[in-house]
Amino acid sequence: MKTELDNWEKNCEKNTLNLALWTGSWVVTMAIASFGPKFIWQENSTITLIGIIINLVIGIGLIFANKKYLNTLDELQRKIHLEAMSLSLGVAVIFGLSYSLLDTTNLITYDAEISHLVILIGLTYLAGTIIGNLRYR
Amino acid sequence: MKNKIKVLRAQNELTQAQLANKLAVSRQTINAIEKGKFDPSLPLAFRISKLFGRTIEEIFEEE
Repeated sequence: MKTELDNWEKNCEKNTLNLALWTGSWVVTMAIASFGPKFIWQENSTITLIGIIINLVIGIGLIFANKKYLNTLDELQRKIHLEAMSLSLGVAVIFGLSYSLLDTTNLITYDAEISHLVILIGLTYLAGTIIGNLRYR
Repeated sequence: MKNKIKVLRAQNELTQAQLANKLAVSRQTINAIEKGKFDPSLPLAFRISKLFGRTIEEIFEEE
């Protein structure tokens, strides 16, 4: 039992750190791919494409790191994340499509950007995990 | 589902954190189970029953 516990705790710490590293790397490469063309390599298409591919590859690594992290959690923690994910997915689809309709029907004067949706998903997921943790406190 | 985990834990002089450590789950999970806010899975229920040396029916009771 002690060994199992040690492994579980160590795995939790390891996978949390792993996820943080993948997330940090993805954010950095996203920033480089976004701002690099204008501020670093003066719109060179080849370098821009390489930057986007690197960001994509790291993004795929992030997906697997997140999956691994979720598998390490105990059953209550997984339930909290599952509920938060279902909330953020629902909000993303419903509000995302309504937001897109507002744009295509010209009811809003600015463009509906994907980044707005990503921020909404992130905030909803964060709120969902906070609510879940409070509920099962 | 009602359960006697809090009583059994007290009888064995264990804190929630110590029990959580023995079961390889978080302290939050033990607290939620004790308060009846969360029902454990069958594998976790078996681990609890094995740890306390009781049957699952002796520990858990349907409300």
